[in-house]
Amino acid sequence: MGRGFRIVVLIKQVPDIEKVKFDFEVGRIDRSSAPAETNPFDLHALEAAVRLKEKFGGLVTAISMGPKQAESSLREALARGADHAILLTDARFAGADTIATSRALAAAIKKLGEFDLILCGEKTVDGDTGQVGPEVAELLNVPHVAYVSEIREVAGDKIVVVSDMGDKYLCEVKLPALLTVTRELNAPRLPTLRDVLSARKKRIEIWDADALADYEDPNRFGINGSRTIVVKVVVPGTEKRKGIILRGGDAVEKLFNILEEGGFARP
Amino acid sequence: MIGGILVYAETIDSKIHPISFELLGKAREIAEKLGLEVWSVIMGFNIREHARDLIYYGADKVYVYDDESLKDFDVVMYKDVLVKLVREIEPEIFLVGATPLGRSLAPRVAAALDTGLTADCIDLQVDDEGNLIQIRPAFTGNILAHIKTMSKPIMSTIRYKVMSMPTRDENRSGEIVVKDPPKKIDTGIRILGRISRRAVNITDAEVIVSAGRGLKKREDLKMLEELANLLGGVLGASRPLVDEGWITKDHQVGFSGNTVKPRLYIACGISGSPQHLAGMRDSQIIVAINADPSAPIFRYADYGVVGDLYEVVPKLISMIKRVKGVGGS
Repeated sequence: MGRGFRIVVLIKQVPDIEKVKFDFEVGRIDRSSAPAETNPFDLHALEAAVRLKEKFGGLVTAISMGPKQAESSLREALARGADHAILLTDARFAGADTIATSRALAAAIKKLGEFDLILCGEKTVDGDTGQVGPEVAELLNVPHVAYVSEIREVAGDKIVVVSDMGDKYLCEVKLPALLTVTRELNAPRLPTLRDVLSARKKRIEIWDADALADYEDPNRFGINGSRTIVVKVVVPGTEKRKGIILRGGDAVEKLFNILEEGGFARP
Repeated sequence: MIGGILVYAETIDSKIHPISFELLGKAREIAEKLGLEVWSVIMGFNIREHARDLIYYGADKVYVYDDESLKDFDVVMYKDVLVKLVREIEPEIFLVGATPLGRSLAPRVAAALDTGLTADCIDLQVDDEGNLIQIRPAFTGNILAHIKTMSKPIMSTIRYKVMSMPTRDENRSGEIVVKDPPKKIDTGIRILGRISRRAVNITDAEVIVSAGRGLKKREDLKMLEELANLLGGVLGASRPLVDEGWITKDHQVGFSGNTVKPRLYIACGISGSPQHLAGMRDSQIIVAINADPSAPIFRYADYGVVGDLYEVVPKLISMIKRVKGVGGS
């Protein structure tokens, strides 16, 4: 790898899950109630990419698919050390399930050309599926390792990682490959003011569905390319819980009695 | 020919993961409604003997791939086997456990088959028109989406411990089909070995006593561990304590840790962030101990004690000790 590492990082902009409001009556997510942020898991993928670049040289490209405002997450990726950023944005990408999303991302990576490593978060905080990483790997016909909690070493065209599958396994994988990473992998550094300022001057490339037409049929993106549809969304209430607050000086004794009656504090 | 629901029987160390039996139970229920058979596939090394267990738990037919080349979980190799089998037997529905293994494997299979996959379902229903409706949490567990798949096979990963365990029936009969092992190819993946085992399996615990930010120092975990032990349970923690390095990730309950569903969950000094709730909201009984009466955890609890955990927990411990007849007090 005389030219250094070519690394692609997949980034998703998500609503800040701490602040997003859910309408329990109507069963609706009020996306406007929360500011957008970069999927927290993806920041760990980006940090790993930048560290590899610092050690071995190379180029980090951040790719995101989403509406125009997802540019701000790519701007953040540039501030955190990505060299290039590409936003896939087009009404024809909208409404995509994981397979349609993966097709667009895989097509964009093919268009970029050669790569050694693709890094992404193990899942996103809005979709929670964790499917896009392995699906992209399959569409690009490269091996993947999921739940990577440690990168041990890079030797030649191989990378050795720890995969946290409950038990932890040491895995060696031949490059090019894709890794999905856990939050345990590293602690993402905060960009400096200078990083933020210089990121503002960088250009974010915008690709639409036609830009990917040489690599995938544009009819297979977005809602048209999706294989699953959401029939309805229910916001579960909290009605099931008893919500009994035990008060007074004997509150602990009351709690103890409840545990004992429940058979939890048997002699 | 009758169609089928295929269930992936996961093995770990040549044993069947219990999620596989839960899936068979659910598959049986759906199969009765839709007039389908239940098929299962098991792969690994020295796993042949388990094929019969899958029949006892509800499978009509079991496909077995038993070969040394399948000893380790090589996701590409496993994917190739499943894709080939699905193309051959054409199941209507294909269910996989939403374990770390299943959630790494199923998306590759779905992408190769160009079919839809619904992640981490907590229920499957059949609607009036005979469509399979897959129900899954999203937005860190804050919503439940009902999802329909427009392609075949319909694929879902199913969360562990949400479907009930079917009864084992040794009188059930079924067919075992031993398949040829796959050709050995270089997939680029080599499993060099297991470097650590999960210290606790918190997802299997009946009782969990969890600590949160209300805990002042690491040593105080011992107090909560004592309570957990007395109740026959294990110690859990919210993410901040894991991030601090006070406790390992095996103990972490929440969105980026483990999803648990014990009979009793006691949250001590945990405010109840959406991330934490996502990991424990399906517990049978939830008890919250927190000094802040406005903590969100109280809204999700069956029983709440507003108080300092440093007063409440030792008191509770001594009461339990008294009834158990242990210790001096």
